[in-house]
Amino acid sequence: MNRVARHSKVLRVAAPFAVAVIVLVAWQALVTINRIPPYLVPSPLLVARTLHADRVLLLHSLAVTLGIALTALALATLLGVAMALLFVQSRWIEMSLFPYAILLQVTPIVSIAPLIIIWVHDTRAALVLCAVVVAIFPIISNTTLGLRSVDRGLLDLFRLARATRWQTLWRLRVPSALPYFFGGLRIASGLALIGAVVAEFVAGTGGQGAGLAYQILLAGIQLNIPRLFAALVLIAAAGVVLFAATVAVSRLSLSRWHESELTPR
Amino acid sequence: MSASHATNAASAAPVAALRGVAKTYDNGTRALAAIDLDVRRGEFLTLVGPSGCGKSTLLHLLAGLTEPSAGRIAWWDDEAFAATGGRGRRIAFVFQAPTLMPWATVAKNVRLPLDLAGMPRAAADAAVASALARVGLATAARHLPRELSGGMQMRASIARALVTEPDLLLMDEPFGALDEFTRQRLDSELLSLWTAQRFTVVFVTHSIQEAVFLSTRVAVMAAHPGRLLDTWPVEEPFPRGDAFRLSPAFAAYAQRLSTSVAQASADALPDSDLR
Repeated sequence: MNRVARHSKVLRVAAPFAVAVIVLVAWQALVTINRIPPYLVPSPLLVARTLHADRVLLLHSLAVTLGIALTALALATLLGVAMALLFVQSRWIEMSLFPYAILLQVTPIVSIAPLIIIWVHDTRAALVLCAVVVAIFPIISNTTLGLRSVDRGLLDLFRLARATRWQTLWRLRVPSALPYFFGGLRIASGLALIGAVVAEFVAGTGGQGAGLAYQILLAGIQLNIPRLFAALVLIAAAGVVLFAATVAVSRLSLSRWHESELTPR
Repeated sequence: MSASHATNAASAAPVAALRGVAKTYDNGTRALAAIDLDVRRGEFLTLVGPSGCGKSTLLHLLAGLTEPSAGRIAWWDDEAFAATGGRGRRIAFVFQAPTLMPWATVAKNVRLPLDLAGMPRAAADAAVASALARVGLATAARHLPRELSGGMQMRASIARALVTEPDLLLMDEPFGALDEFTRQRLDSELLSLWTAQRFTVVFVTHSIQEAVFLSTRVAVMAAHPGRLLDTWPVEEPFPRGDAFRLSPAFAAYAQRLSTSVAQASADALPDSDLR
């Protein structure tokens, strides 16, 4: 049993790694053998070389995009949690405002982004705002659900002890909501990055404020496909790191008590 | 000391007096038809009856968690209660499930009622330690609920109820989910706590054996609508041990209660099929 468990742990890392090696080797082989020009499909080795050669430019752009995504994620978390706390204060507030949260969610960001960019003078602020609009919904809806999903018995217990509204919120509702909140945060981390990239595409900001999306746009126009691929690799990596970070935070805060993060013994 | 307490108890006013108390829920379910019942100070009253007889509703009414649709409940301290702005009445509730906060240690769970009441830290710590010792959980104070067995979780739940030194302890089938062996052991432990302190208990159970073993008085209830059929005392001295469980007197009480509950189950009002 223990051996099987360790076996599956190794497999979980080894299997996807093997897939990556096979795909990369096949890709390299196909491009080399068929002499596919780099402006159509660059080989993995060429992408790696470009990544190294353009590292100053690309890492600067990565920092810009990541900065926007992280700022947006932080703001979405703050505002989303505040909205959820407001919603659980009364059914009336929730009924009046929740439809607008949904409206915000279902309207594609590409269609709102141009307006935001026109209205908000500071470009960086506009980009952050776009990403917040995309990322906030899962935080609001999950946290609201969590704040409401409280054990009935515990609620009775708090009533019996004549707990104040504040005590019930802080000692019961907030801890009960944490697993739900982290679920929302996990989704929002990916959405914040997507929002940042989409907004950059629409804004097309170059110069010092150029993010990875702008590099992709520009590389596409210049047919610098290796650089386009290199930028893509960086965006994907950034997304994975962001996701892994939220998973780690969730595990750190819940592993002691919540089923979702318990390691099987 | 407990003897003088008991004599006082006989003369004292009831802990809760129900007069014509009925409960109909918003969806029209008649959970409880008019009930008259005194909960006497220091007694161990057990409510027995078929499902749907309103046992749990009655417990929630006694706790003040539910408002009666008709009738009136007078608690022992109604005047003092008003004078102290509601701080005076101490009622504890033990649910069917342990109902512990999964994120907090056993000690923090037990402390909860004291924290909510704003008791100073040192006094609360002492009360928690004493409550944990009484239920045999002193060594588990720093564990999380999920690290404990079902029986130990239930003990933590009982410690949380006892920590406030309640005047009235309400228990809603607290050991119903446990295996028979654990249930009997917890019954014995609960009874020795009660024998030592003589707090007032209203206990709901489905088990005839449990009712006879624990109670000073049994109340038999019937369903559709929930109502009180009969109450009668179990006149067996304390402490009660395993010898009582095996005695002819126990068998006789169990027989009587069993017959009574069987009647209660059969004795539904004519409109029951419509509900």
